[in-house]
Amino acid sequence: MSKGKVETVTRPPTSTSDNIRPFRVNVPEEQLADLRRRIAATRWPERETVADDSQGVRLATVQELARYWTDYDWRTCETKLNALPQFLMEIDGLDIHFIHVRSKHENALPLIVTHGWPGSIIEQLKIIDPLTNPAAHGATGSDAFDMVIPSIPGHGFSAKPTSTGWDPLRIARTWIELMRRLGYTRYVAQGGDWGAAITQLMGVEAPPGLLAIHTNMPGTVPDDLWQGVQSGAPAPAGLSAEERRAYEQLHDFFADHVAYAVEMNKRPQTLYGIADSPVGLAAWMLDHDPKSYELIARAFAGNPGGLSRDDVLDNITLYWLTNTGISSARLYWENKFGFFNVQGVKIPVGVSVFPDELYEAPRSWAERAYPKLIHYNRLPAGGHFAAWEQPALFSDEMRATFRSLR
Amino acid sequence: MSATTATEVAIRPFRFEASQSDLDELRRRLQATRWPSKELVKDGSQGVQLATIQSLCRYWATDYDWRKAEAKLNALPQFQTEIDGVDIHFIHVKSRHEKALPLIITHGWPGSVFELLGVIGPLTDPTAHGGKAEDAFHLVLPSLPGYGFSGQPPEVGWGPGRIAGAWAELMSRLGYSRYVAQGGDQGASVTDAMGRLAPKGLLGIHLNLLSAFPTAVQAAIFAGYFPAPEGLLKRLAVAFVAAGADKEPKAANATAAVFRRGYLVEQGEHPQTVGYALTDSPVGLAAWMLDHDPDSYEKISRLFLDGAPTGGLTRDHVVDNVTLYWLTGTATSAARIYWEETQGILAALKSGQAPPKLSLPVAFTVFPNEIIQAPRSWAEKVYPNLIYFNEAGTGGHFAAWEQPEIFSEELRAAFRSLRSGR
Repeated sequence: MSKGKVETVTRPPTSTSDNIRPFRVNVPEEQLADLRRRIAATRWPERETVADDSQGVRLATVQELARYWTDYDWRTCETKLNALPQFLMEIDGLDIHFIHVRSKHENALPLIVTHGWPGSIIEQLKIIDPLTNPAAHGATGSDAFDMVIPSIPGHGFSAKPTSTGWDPLRIARTWIELMRRLGYTRYVAQGGDWGAAITQLMGVEAPPGLLAIHTNMPGTVPDDLWQGVQSGAPAPAGLSAEERRAYEQLHDFFADHVAYAVEMNKRPQTLYGIADSPVGLAAWMLDHDPKSYELIARAFAGNPGGLSRDDVLDNITLYWLTNTGISSARLYWENKFGFFNVQGVKIPVGVSVFPDELYEAPRSWAERAYPKLIHYNRLPAGGHFAAWEQPALFSDEMRATFRSLR
Repeated sequence: MSATTATEVAIRPFRFEASQSDLDELRRRLQATRWPSKELVKDGSQGVQLATIQSLCRYWATDYDWRKAEAKLNALPQFQTEIDGVDIHFIHVKSRHEKALPLIITHGWPGSVFELLGVIGPLTDPTAHGGKAEDAFHLVLPSLPGYGFSGQPPEVGWGPGRIAGAWAELMSRLGYSRYVAQGGDQGASVTDAMGRLAPKGLLGIHLNLLSAFPTAVQAAIFAGYFPAPEGLLKRLAVAFVAAGADKEPKAANATAAVFRRGYLVEQGEHPQTVGYALTDSPVGLAAWMLDHDPDSYEKISRLFLDGAPTGGLTRDHVVDNVTLYWLTGTATSAARIYWEETQGILAALKSGQAPPKLSLPVAFTVFPNEIIQAPRSWAEKVYPNLIYFNEAGTGGHFAAWEQPEIFSEELRAAFRSLRSGR
């Protein structure tokens, strides 16, 4: 689609930087009608031949999602987004979309939060108020953040790269430039999934203004274990119970739940079906990891946990309307960095371990991976989409991690 | 196969005529395709290129005529018979030559019986194709369960072993007491399994893909190359490569590359997930099916971009095959055979049970553009009773489709020695 129509906003850009334009989302009605038409015309495969999710996303789940999708109202999401200050800024030849919410508290700490795949800025909407306006959420004004929430190139309302080279490192450098142009000279950064990869690379780049980073999907697997965990070797002797559990979690993930990543890494363009079929896109996006799939399947079965049906469909509909299924998949093709191994971040790092994340990084590994580990905490609930699922816990983690740096 | 005795053994003639509304709906969907942005590279390294698939879509939506494909099929004797609870569709062409040798050929993924139509003439009527009467075959060309006009198994367990058993039952039901079997791709897995099953009457097999990865891998594992009896295809590939890399690095690397193909990993792990997009989007289905291996993709891509046919492969051949998958809605059930195969391998590894030995005669042809140039040493290792090994001059993964004459000549040569002494 064409990107959301740019309209004037009452709130002026808060920076003197060049090339920044306000942005609003306004999807033409025709696109929404076309989406509904396609969902209603879905041609279904037969049911899986197993009684569990071992063959992938189950027919009953996707059919319930499709049924709800025809009732679902994108305009509610659009209104939510347009209530926030959004901008486009061209950096390195590409229009970067971002939400930029300043706190009313003067000493707020600037924080750039990066989403992952199959996520978007939708993942971060619930933490904006708790972090920019902490006093309204049981915290104090001294914990306030100014927030910058960009869309990764090829995702959401950011432009799609038209040439190769937009890997996590280039994105990390683009974020550093974004923060510089916004006039932030002291800031912190946070991310999970791709956001973790990008944020860690920002940490490796260590630009002068970046004080520290936080991640909820840290790269902590020691070099001597990294090869084995990917290739399926059993856990070596000598690991602590916590380390062994982490090793086995990753071991199982690489064995049984990486096909989507292999396809997107090798052949992203081949996935024409997810550009042409909304239900095909939805199923593809639901199949990220077993725990988040279970959470989402429960939501559509009438038993929502951290994510509601609307949460899930806001995100999928954003991918559909921006036709970014394949452009987002290309980031896997571009990437040469590991997600879970040590990247060499020397600046201060905070780590939050959510129990349903792909793996629960042990403190011992985190301490070795990050020489300046300023925060490590294991949370009682939450998974891969931590900010989206558990915004209150997640916000507390941000406050605790970065308090000492203010 | 325990259910076989209780099964309806009737063999029913079969014809297919797509409803006009299904064909109209297909055209409507093709015309309404929503396209992604173009790939960022000038080659096929990010997957199926936009220009190729758009050209295919244009041809499919305008000039292409399914009725011609349908007429071609309906001109052949086709049947369905229920075996082990699943309706099996097959083409059955008897040679007019009395001493013709019955031969069952099994297609693979992303293929169908369409791959094999070009070899029917040369094999059943050799004298009209430069062969001799004593080289004639009676041909049985079944559709794999979950493919084309065969039924979609409603339960798990339909891996190559169970299909092999169904094929043995099919040949017995057709009254063939001495026959041979052939296959490439998934057809090679099924044919290999038939060889191990060694049903009464099966004289030998011919393969054009070394399908016995599992066997070779298991051999590697049992020889101690592999640390633990668990894991998925990726780990098997590691073991397989470990077993042969020092001696045959080129073939070993090719094998490893096969196990990194996205479609194979996805269909082995979560066939249902990708099935939704493939069942709902004809262009999504076509692209997925085009992305099997680099050589066949290049050839098919040239067909649609330059109009240059490769051997016997034409635009119509490619679209006939994709349209068959579309009209029968079998993208997901076809993908599932990879999942079944994976489950079978895992179960075998867990049990530590070596597969039955294959002591029947095995013939093997390597086509030069096949995914893996299986070295004779590998074939000999897997098949101790190797009666024939040849490297054909030209042809790729879809050998029968691309080079029906060469393929037919290979089968004549491969099985010649098994015809004597009856």
